[in-house]
Amino acid sequence: MKQFKYLLSSALVAITLTAAPSASAFCGFYVAKADTDLFNQSSKVALVRDGDRTVITMANDYIGDPTEFAMVIPVPTVITKDQVHISDAGLLDHLDAYTAPRLVEYFDDNPCERRYRKEMAMRSSVQMAPMMDSAFEEAENLGVTIEESFSVGEYDILILSAKESDGLQTWLESNGYRVPKKAVKTLGSYIKQDMKFFVAKVNLEEKAKQGGEMLRPIAVAYESPKFMLPIRLGTVNANGDQDLFVYTLTKNGKVETTNYRTQKIPSDKELPIFIKDDFGDFYKDMYKTSANRQGGHGVFMEYAWDMNWCDPCAADPLSDDQLKELGVFWLDEGRNDQPMPMPRSMRPKQMAKNVYVTRLHVRYDAESFPEDLKFKETGDRQNFQGRYILRHAYDGEMDCPEAEKYKQEVNARKETEIKTLANLTGWETKYIRTKMKASGKGELFDLDEPKKRVDWWNKIWPSDED
Amino acid sequence: MAGISQYMQKRGALISALLADPRHYQIIVLSSLILLGTFHFAFQLPWWHVVACVGSTVGTQAIADKIIGRRFDARSPLISALSLTLLLRTGSVTLSVAAGILAISSKYIVRWRGKHIFNPANFGLVILSLLFTGAWISPGQWGTAPIFALFLLGMGGIVTGKAKRWDVSIALLVSYAALLFGRALWLGDPLTIPVHQLQSGALLIFAFFMISDPKTTPDARLGRVLYAILVATLGFTIQFAFYNAAGIILALILTAPIVPLFDRLFPAGRIHWPNFQISKTGVSHETVQIPAE
Repeated sequence: MKQFKYLLSSALVAITLTAAPSASAFCGFYVAKADTDLFNQSSKVALVRDGDRTVITMANDYIGDPTEFAMVIPVPTVITKDQVHISDAGLLDHLDAYTAPRLVEYFDDNPCERRYRKEMAMRSSVQMAPMMDSAFEEAENLGVTIEESFSVGEYDILILSAKESDGLQTWLESNGYRVPKKAVKTLGSYIKQDMKFFVAKVNLEEKAKQGGEMLRPIAVAYESPKFMLPIRLGTVNANGDQDLFVYTLTKNGKVETTNYRTQKIPSDKELPIFIKDDFGDFYKDMYKTSANRQGGHGVFMEYAWDMNWCDPCAADPLSDDQLKELGVFWLDEGRNDQPMPMPRSMRPKQMAKNVYVTRLHVRYDAESFPEDLKFKETGDRQNFQGRYILRHAYDGEMDCPEAEKYKQEVNARKETEIKTLANLTGWETKYIRTKMKASGKGELFDLDEPKKRVDWWNKIWPSDED
Repeated sequence: MAGISQYMQKRGALISALLADPRHYQIIVLSSLILLGTFHFAFQLPWWHVVACVGSTVGTQAIADKIIGRRFDARSPLISALSLTLLLRTGSVTLSVAAGILAISSKYIVRWRGKHIFNPANFGLVILSLLFTGAWISPGQWGTAPIFALFLLGMGGIVTGKAKRWDVSIALLVSYAALLFGRALWLGDPLTIPVHQLQSGALLIFAFFMISDPKTTPDARLGRVLYAILVATLGFTIQFAFYNAAGIILALILTAPIVPLFDRLFPAGRIHWPNFQISKTGVSHETVQIPAE
C-alpha cells in the first residue's frame, strides 16, 4: 500500500563560502554549519506568481522505497503533460539557503587603537521538502474521470476529476492509496470547489534509469485566479504540528497570507557569542517561542528581498537560469526598462532582475489552520531578513585609560544580550550563563577593581569619602 | 465642596456633550486601533503617513468648504483619514496623501440630491489600490485573534449604536455569516472554517467603521438592512468566485451608486450630525437629529 502522505521531513543544508568584496569597513564571510534537522515534518514549496499565472515547485526529500511513494494534491485546473516539469533539487536548496535566517558576527576594534573591523556571517540552515503520495490506474464508474495521464521523469502522473468524494476515495483506495477515512469530507469540499487532483507515483523503471536516491521536485505550471496552497489534506492524518516553507517569487513585492496574519520573525537581535555553535537550537527555540506567543501556530515572514542582491548573503542570489528553471516567466520582459535596484556596492554587477522573493515559514495544524493558505501579492518592497548579531569584544591587549570603560560597556552589553536571548527563546538565564561559561566564548570581562561609581555629590565633598 | 461637585457636574456634562456626537467615539476608537496596530501588530505604519493622510483629508475638506461656502468641520475628514490609514497599506507617503485628497474630493464631486454617493475612505482605498501597485489592502493584517475580535465587536457596538447605524453593521455581519456558514455546509467543511473567516479584523472594521457611515447608507432602516444584505452577497461573491480577499470592500464601492435608488424606494429623514450643544428637543424621527443651528 502506498502511503497517503502529504508532507515529508526535513534535511539540512550545506553551505557556501562567499568572499564579499570589501566595501567600507564591512567585509564578511559566511561559514557553514553542519546541523541536524531543525524542523521535522516540514515541506518546501516555491510559488512563482504573476497575474493568474502560477508555477509551483514542490521539493521532495522522500527517502525510502519508491514503491511506497504516492502523492495527491488538489490543483485548480486540469494539468497536461506540457505543464509538468521535473526540476532540480539543488534549486530549492539554493533558494532556501539564500533566504535562510542568518547569523552575523562583528568584531570590536581595540578601544585603544580603533583600526579595523571584521565581520562574519553564518546562516542557519533550515531546510526541508514536501510531498505526497501517488497512484494510478483505470476505471471510472465511480464518477472519477482521468483527465490526463502521462509520465514525466520518474513520475507517473494522473489528473483526476471527480463527481463525488466517495467515488474518488474508492478509486484511490483500489489503486493503492491509503486515504484516511476523515479525508473524504475534505476531498468532497475540493470537488465542489471544482478542484482537480494531481496524483503521482514513481515509475520504477525510469527511477532506476535515472539513478540516485532522491526523488526530484515536481514543477507544475497553471493559470488560475486562485493564489493558494492546499494544506487541508495534509492535516487530516498528521499528528502534531507541521512546518511549511513557502518561497514566493513575484514581480512587485512581498507576498502575505490573506486569511491568516503574516508576521515578521524577530530580527536584528544581538546575542551572546556561544550562539555561534548553537544557532540551529537557538533558531528552533526562538521560532517556537514566537509561535507560542501566537497560540503555537502562525505564518512568519523570515525573508523578503529583492532577488538582485543580499546583505549579508547567506548564499548568492539565484541566477537567471535558476529562476527560469523555477518558472519565473517574466525575466526577459522589458528588462532594460527596469531601474537598477539600488543599495550597496556589494551587489553583484549584473542586469537587474524584476524578481522579489518572500520566505514564509508556516507552523500549523488542522485546528489552528482550518482553511487552505490564501496569498496576495502586495506592493511592499521593503526588504526584511531574519538576522541575528554576534558582537565580539576586543580580546587583545588593551593598555590605555579607555580600556576600563570599554570593558564595563561590554559587560553591560553582554548582560543585555543574555536577557534578549532569554526573552526570544524562553531559555532560563541560568542555563544561558552555564552555556556561556561552558563554551568559553564571549564571557564577561573581569574588571580590575569593581570601580565605585562616582556620583556628582562625591565630587562636591571628595574629602568625606571613606 | 459645592464648588467641586459643581465642577464635576460641569465636567460630566462636557464629557457627555463630547460623546453625544458619534463621530467623537469613532475618532477615539479608530485612533486606538491605529495605535494598537502600530505597536501591537507591528504594522508598517510610520507616524508621518498618518499625519500626511490626516493633513490631506482635513486640508481638502477645508479648501472645498471654503469654495462652497460651508462651515468647516474637521471631524468627518479626520475619520476618513483614520479609516484610510487603518485599511490602506502603502510604503509611499505620496499615495497616502493622494488617497486622502481623493477620498474627500469624492464627497464634493460625486453627489446626488444633496447626498454624496461614495463612502470617502472606501473610495480612496479602492481607487488607490486598483491604480497603484504601491498601495494595497491587507485583509489579513489583523489576524483572527478571537479576543481581539470580541474587543472590536464591543467597541464597534458602542460606536454604531451611537450613530444609530448599528442596524447596517449587524445586517451585514449576519448576512455575511449566513453565507459563510451556508457555503461550509454545502461543501461539507468543518464549521471551524466559517468561524475562522468571520474572525477577521478587517471584516469587523469594515462592518463597524466603514459601511456604518450614516451619510452614505440608505436613510430608512429597511433600506439599510436590504442594502447591507446586498453588500454582503456581492462581497461574498467577489471573495469566493473571483478570489479577491478584499471582496467586501469592493462590494461597497460597487453598490454605492444604487443607494439613491434605495432612498427612493424607502424614503425617510436624513441624518445630521449634532452640534456641540446638544439639543434635547426636536428629535422627531429616530434617524434625524436636528442640528442646533
